[in-house]
Amino acid sequence: MGAKYFGAAVRRREDPRFLRGEGRFVDDVTLPGLLHAAFLRSPHAHARVRSIDATRARGMPGVVAVFAHADLGRWMKPLPVFGATPPGLAAAVRFDVRHAAQWALCKDVARHVGEIAAMVVADSRARAEDAAEAIDVAWEPLPAVADMVAASEPGAALVHPEWSTNVAVGFTHGIGDAERALAGADVVLEETFRIQRYVGMPLETRGVVALWDRRDGTLTTWNSTQVSHFVQQGLVGALELPPHKIRVIAPDLGGGFGTKASGYPEDVLVPLAARVLNRPVKWIEDRREHMMAAAHARHQTHTIRLGARRDGTILGLADRIFLDLGAYNVWGIVLPYNTVAHLIGPYRIRDMKVDVKGVVTNKTPNAPYRGAGRPETVFAMDRAVDCLARRLGIDPAEIRRKNYIRPDELPWDFGMPYRDGNPLVYDSGDFPAALEAALDAAGYDAFRREQPTLRARGVWRGIGISGYVEGTAIGPFEGAHVKLDLTGRVQVATGAVNSGQGHETAFAQVAADTLGVPLDWVTVTGGDTAAVPFGVGTFASRSGVTAGNSIADAAREVRGKLVAAAATLLEAAPDDVEIDDGKAFVRGAPGSAVDLGKVVQASIPTFAKPGVAPPDFEASAYHHVPTVTYASAVHVAQVEVDRGTGYVRLLRYVVAHDCGKVINPTIVEGQVHGGVAQGVGGALFEEMAYDSEGQLLTGTLMDYLVPSATDLPPIDTVHLEYPSPRNPLGMKGLGEGGAISPPAAIANAIDDALSPLGVRITETPASPARVLASIETARA
Amino acid sequence: MKPAPFEYFDPRTADEAVALLTTHGDDAKILAGGQSLVPMLALRLARPTVVVDVNRVSGLDGIAQQGPALAVGALVRQRALERWAAERVPLLATALGHVGHAPIRARGTVGGSIAHADPASELPALLLCLDGVVVARSARGTRTIAARDFFQGPLMTALAADELVTETRWTVPPAPAGWGFREMARRHGDFALVGVAVALTLGRGAIAEARVALFGASATPVRADAVERALRGQPPTEAVIGDAARLATAGVDAVSDLHAPASYRASVARTLTARALADAVARAKDAA
Repeated sequence: MGAKYFGAAVRRREDPRFLRGEGRFVDDVTLPGLLHAAFLRSPHAHARVRSIDATRARGMPGVVAVFAHADLGRWMKPLPVFGATPPGLAAAVRFDVRHAAQWALCKDVARHVGEIAAMVVADSRARAEDAAEAIDVAWEPLPAVADMVAASEPGAALVHPEWSTNVAVGFTHGIGDAERALAGADVVLEETFRIQRYVGMPLETRGVVALWDRRDGTLTTWNSTQVSHFVQQGLVGALELPPHKIRVIAPDLGGGFGTKASGYPEDVLVPLAARVLNRPVKWIEDRREHMMAAAHARHQTHTIRLGARRDGTILGLADRIFLDLGAYNVWGIVLPYNTVAHLIGPYRIRDMKVDVKGVVTNKTPNAPYRGAGRPETVFAMDRAVDCLARRLGIDPAEIRRKNYIRPDELPWDFGMPYRDGNPLVYDSGDFPAALEAALDAAGYDAFRREQPTLRARGVWRGIGISGYVEGTAIGPFEGAHVKLDLTGRVQVATGAVNSGQGHETAFAQVAADTLGVPLDWVTVTGGDTAAVPFGVGTFASRSGVTAGNSIADAAREVRGKLVAAAATLLEAAPDDVEIDDGKAFVRGAPGSAVDLGKVVQASIPTFAKPGVAPPDFEASAYHHVPTVTYASAVHVAQVEVDRGTGYVRLLRYVVAHDCGKVINPTIVEGQVHGGVAQGVGGALFEEMAYDSEGQLLTGTLMDYLVPSATDLPPIDTVHLEYPSPRNPLGMKGLGEGGAISPPAAIANAIDDALSPLGVRITETPASPARVLASIETARA
Repeated sequence: MKPAPFEYFDPRTADEAVALLTTHGDDAKILAGGQSLVPMLALRLARPTVVVDVNRVSGLDGIAQQGPALAVGALVRQRALERWAAERVPLLATALGHVGHAPIRARGTVGGSIAHADPASELPALLLCLDGVVVARSARGTRTIAARDFFQGPLMTALAADELVTETRWTVPPAPAGWGFREMARRHGDFALVGVAVALTLGRGAIAEARVALFGASATPVRADAVERALRGQPPTEAVIGDAARLATAGVDAVSDLHAPASYRASVARTLTARALADAVARAKDAA
């Protein structure tokens, strides 16, 4: 494959339509006779439904139907759960996992604010909302639990009484002998760190449009989802139809971040309504619904013990971890085990033990969001390392130099499985090089020299470091299909949904290089189940690696077919035929070149003669990855803290990262920037807050604070490239990385700024009130 | 997120608007720039049965200054006043720069923000700082209400249900005047956790007069009378300012919410008062 496009900073091909406002999002889908759905949602954190009376609502103008659980009883099945424990992992770790049925329409008990009690379908959204207000529900409030640690204790009110506990995922795990290592340490640091509940918050909310075609019994649904094939599978069960009768189309997406990778009640309810009513139905999630019912994320507590020698050599680690899962255990072991698998990160630690409890509470269910356990676990670990360094009087950069795994120690085998059940073995990278690159780019030494002078003038600046190693591109595969049309132009389809990452550009680069055609010959579509029979979707930093390699495999096969046909046409041996720039030619004889369109056309039978080859210029591929690849990065944040107000100003942010071979550096930088922005949100601004009764306090974007451009510092990105040996393109995943380290790096920087005061940030977001309080606490 | 049903009127004159308010009273809500009302309608937190859209009412969009007296029509957009004030009343222009974002200010009106009376918003505090009055009109006539009497609680004012704000009047301090404006918000454009506006005049090496208004700290914007008294006639030294600023929250019942406890607001109110006073003194010295 000639690398004409792979690695080039090609401009994003999808941007013109977005910049012109011509994106086609799910709300842009309109159909004749379209009806609109609205939902009545539980105002209670935990309540029994005594009765639902929709008589008034049904009589209101424009109302077509009102559905409660009993009205659709024949169709109601528990919603899908994700993250089944892979055999390799189940063999190594004894998990205690509990699931409970979650119904699209609340059956008898609502377990979080926002759970759906009834659905209204009307001729306009406004009328549907008016009618939803007129449904009389007799709620019987039940005791609610909101705090994850309290919920895990005996005597707590139970979210699912049949379990007799709120612990939905419990396990202990270890490598080496952590207690012995800690007993042999000169210093053991113990600290509790809390990471708040914060969420993906895509600019475009969720939405579903469904069209039932009674003539041939097919259901077409447009869904703002990252996982159209998962949505299809859910509908196979719900609608009792074979997959080929269900077409799920993910149109343009205004962001996903994991929020749109879960299974949701509306995914099923809107198609069901369309089928039952034989009318197309649309529902666009409004921001209020999004805040209360789209998946939440993060939210962990770590009590960590870190043992070290006086010289800073880290010896062992023990961590007691709580995760708040919300009201249902939708994702099984995914978040708890991700948290454990990324705790050690780049550190040379052979002795670790963890005690993990994933706890259900009366809050919106949690799901993986950009980082999926990693930002939380990296916050706990890198904060602990900085606290340890301070106690030992060692510079935070120095303690990392001493403890980061060296490249000559790779592949580094943890002696435990990764979340996919395969051995957790770092494949490639250079963590110390990333550290030095980030420190250099951030001007670390100069910053340190200047810091005391500035402090003397009342300017409190700090610098913070955080590094991670991330298992990316989880398998098992992605589906791709490549085919040529009559003119040799190329259609690429994949199960990976483009939720803003630039798939239409990056995947076209891969296909164009592999086939030997100009980039503008290639059209890429993603997330249409009719185009690829089997697919997985976009999440877990996986699409570049899994879909990219599948597209390369399929394109290679098509190229082989083109070569065979061209050889016949050119009367040459296939080995002598080359393809470049959309033409096939005999090596060394450029005058022989024929356009690929001609090769296709010559293959099509005519009345006069058969074609030169079967006109079959298409191929499918489902590239299987052996396990994840390990991307890594070191982030450095520079902050200035206002001692009088606790306000933290970000001065500068540096990311030195390795994501293996890069298809498009511009897209990679964009991904890093977006991730950092969301990480900054977690570090300083965002929190999905509940009161002790499980009432959501942040119901609007006035209270839930997403950082905007004015809140972000300049971001410098240093690209390091250590190809992965685990896939032919040498790639690693990148999508999540930017979001992982900012909470730790920024909190470390705040501590560093205020280190003479002895301030210790143990909880995010580091709001002005929290920072000022910690200054006052340290002074007291 | 669609509003509950309401009846919509768009009068062309203040008389027509006032007549509608007389008829519908508490059931009616006035729509001006819509930057607060429309979200509240969409969330169904506000459920008026009648919306009186005053955007087409003529004669309420003038800005006029005569000496220290500044009259601002109720429908003047915040962005328009910000531009007008940039050279003339920099305190006002600076404060307006903290109101939301430019697109919000391009729609939001001066009268609307004051009538809405969010305790954390800038314009009510500025009106209070600049000894302003609100001109209110009803079928019963026109009256003026001093800013000190106008703001009665969070989103609560002295306006009667049948009254329409037509104008606000402000007193621009005479030269050599200094000013200071400091605000602490979580993000640029957010409502203030706490903020302070200062207008100060110097005379013969002493502070002749200081006007200090706090916002965000309590249920309404407040004048920091104790600070003003402590400064009057005193030399503008760091020590005098520091001592006076410590009185900023005397008698202020600071509020708590999701973003900051009362103790934070009180502490930062004192800090920002000291900073804004120092800014004002420096500017007054420059102007002298």
